[in-house]
Amino acid sequence: MKPIFEYTKGMTEMPTHYCPGCTHGIAHRIIMEVLEEMGDLGNTIGVAPIGCSVMAHQYMNVDMCEAAHGRAPAVASGIRRVHPDKVVFTYQGDGDLASIGTGEIIHAAVRGEKFTTFFINNGIYGMTGGQMAPTTLIGQRSTTSQDGRSKELNGMPVKMSEMIATIDGAVYVERVALDSPAHIRQAKKAVRKAFELQKQGKGFTLIEFLSTCPTNWGMTPVKALEWVRNNVMAYYPLGVIKDAKEEEQA
Amino acid sequence: MTTDKVLMKGNEAFAEAAIRGGARLYFGYPITPQSEVPEYMSRELPKHGGCFVQAESELGAINMAYGAGAAGGTVFISSSSPGIALMQEGMSFLCSAEVPLLAMNVSRGGPGIGGIQPGQADYYQVTRGGGNGDYRIPVFAPSSIQEAVDLLYEGTELAQYWRNPIMILADGMIGQMMEPVRLPDFKPVPKPNEIAGLRDWACTGYADRGGDQNRRVVKSLRMQPEKLEEHVEKLFAKYALAEKELCRYETENLQGAEVVFVAFGTTARICREACELLAEQGVKAGLIRPISLWPFPNKAFDEIDFASTKAVISTELSMGQMLTDVQIALNGRLPVALCHRTGGMVPTSPEVAARAKAVLEGLK
Amino acid sequence: MSTYKMFFAGSGGQGVLLMGKLVTYAAMLEGKEATFLPSYGPEMRGGTANCTVVVSDKPVSSPLIYEADIAVVMNRPSMDKFEPMVKPGGFMFYNESIIDRKPARDDIKTVAVDLAARSAALGNDKVANMVMLGEVVRGTGVVQVESVFKAFEKEFTGRKAALIPLNQKAFMGE
Repeated sequence: MKPIFEYTKGMTEMPTHYCPGCTHGIAHRIIMEVLEEMGDLGNTIGVAPIGCSVMAHQYMNVDMCEAAHGRAPAVASGIRRVHPDKVVFTYQGDGDLASIGTGEIIHAAVRGEKFTTFFINNGIYGMTGGQMAPTTLIGQRSTTSQDGRSKELNGMPVKMSEMIATIDGAVYVERVALDSPAHIRQAKKAVRKAFELQKQGKGFTLIEFLSTCPTNWGMTPVKALEWVRNNVMAYYPLGVIKDAKEEEQA
Repeated sequence: MTTDKVLMKGNEAFAEAAIRGGARLYFGYPITPQSEVPEYMSRELPKHGGCFVQAESELGAINMAYGAGAAGGTVFISSSSPGIALMQEGMSFLCSAEVPLLAMNVSRGGPGIGGIQPGQADYYQVTRGGGNGDYRIPVFAPSSIQEAVDLLYEGTELAQYWRNPIMILADGMIGQMMEPVRLPDFKPVPKPNEIAGLRDWACTGYADRGGDQNRRVVKSLRMQPEKLEEHVEKLFAKYALAEKELCRYETENLQGAEVVFVAFGTTARICREACELLAEQGVKAGLIRPISLWPFPNKAFDEIDFASTKAVISTELSMGQMLTDVQIALNGRLPVALCHRTGGMVPTSPEVAARAKAVLEGLK
Repeated sequence: MSTYKMFFAGSGGQGVLLMGKLVTYAAMLEGKEATFLPSYGPEMRGGTANCTVVVSDKPVSSPLIYEADIAVVMNRPSMDKFEPMVKPGGFMFYNESIIDRKPARDDIKTVAVDLAARSAALGNDKVANMVMLGEVVRGTGVVQVESVFKAFEKEFTGRKAALIPLNQKAFMGE
């Protein structure tokens, strides 16, 4: 009998610690599936962050280096200098990338670093128990914005992908979601495109995943997906934010 | 070994020594009094097939160094006191993840942004660990450009052998001065695809490791306290060995000395001249010069002539930080005094000699 | 001789550090021990500049000096600061073209050099420091003239090599 579906070799067999309804697992899987399909599992070095995905290095079946909070882009820049021919990626949440690590991510893009960043945006600090993130929506409740995020006090949620798209060294930036099979298929295409551009030596690539945190949002998994569709996407619209090649041709 | 001496500025000689020692990766951020190091690296490393990156901050620099080290590269970084303070997060990570690194602090006066003149007030930071958690960093303090060159040259290998950062603590004076120096030969450097075989823990991608598909993970996270305790105990078993093997010092004129100076770096040279001045005035003075600050050379103090010596003077460009280690090493066997300047001020040899006479006088 | 301790002082742009560096270089080429320690601080064009040089037959203990066998002062503030630090019997070379006072000490050997006139005669005021260096080296014997000329070859390379004959001429007081 011919198997029609197999577990990707890109993931270890260790059960993940992610909460029910969390979309980290989907993001992990499609990234590792793409690497397997491209035949690059043996040529890849990944960088895990601090946050809920701090243990990504236990699940992603490639060589992995764990970075301090926010510093993954600097760590990946160092790895890239030693192994110019390998595939390198960072996997970072919104607290990691959009708050403590803004300096590192911006300057990695400025240098046009030839690695790919996967940015998991779920608008909350999950690991530490649901505090406000730089990407928490206006009015959204968290343990440090208990009456909802206020613009006066905290400013508007930061749009990292749009900021990074303004940087010359960033060649491809796309925002995707993981709330439906169609969006997941699109997300996987985006992952592949980013890795391909990296391998062609084009420059820095970033894929932002709109993700969920049912536990800290206080929602059921289904409600959390609806929240992404109805609220998050309104402020963080999906689509290609920058494609340097297409812009060049246009 | 090339035989001709060349006249080099300290900072440039440090950079050249690291390159000759095999370092091909440098990540840095400008800060006085060591900016000649990144300048030299930006110019010279590409000629040797290496990489220089001017990082966005010292935080960026240390984390690039961590990534490059974890990937099996031979890495050198340098900064000065406030920049080294910013790097402490990374130092703690490197120690836990056992990533090699050769680092240099061309130190200046503090606290805060302080000034840019020579200082030794980073002694606690570097010997006690400025970052979080249980860890140790072997630290060597050269007192001449030649000694710095030799330590840096050896340091690339020490870092790989111990799989830990190795710190060279110089001060602004050694960084800025010029002295004739003999440069060692270039060490061979592994190619990227040779790293996996030579450094059997480095992240290289498993395709470089033949049939071995066991992935390699470089990390410091250990969520279970039992596992973390076991890991820290393992690190400290390594540090216990390092404590024996990396202890280095020099002693001068201890036999029959009335007073013994303890000093490192620039200050040791001033004390050496103070010993000569005291000899002219009929006072016999000796010198213990720690080269390794951690491990601190406790055994050097056993060489003191306890029949003749009346006091030991810790001489420092700080408010008395090494003083604590001197007291521990002597364990009450002799009175310990402090001779110090701070904030970037450097004592002259007559000042140091006068302090020694005052200390001896005070004991009468 | 065992040890020479020297101060070179003036304002930025007078070539004070280069004088010190060339003496250090020449000493090294003679197989002697030597250190060169520049003052350093926030960079400012026209600010003060000074360096200390120690030349010795034995390893130099401290590169930092508090008294000198030879002081070379290129402007008035430098003379005011360093004249008191010359050892009795030591030398002070000073730029009499712009220093508006005479030396105060009578227990040291003082040498006045009219750098403005001397370098004008050479048709290039940028060689004033080499005129001074020649006086210092030939007047004290801290290093040999030939060693300084060898140091010129090490220091003036590339485009600067064309300046060696002029520097030699200035140095020899021709």
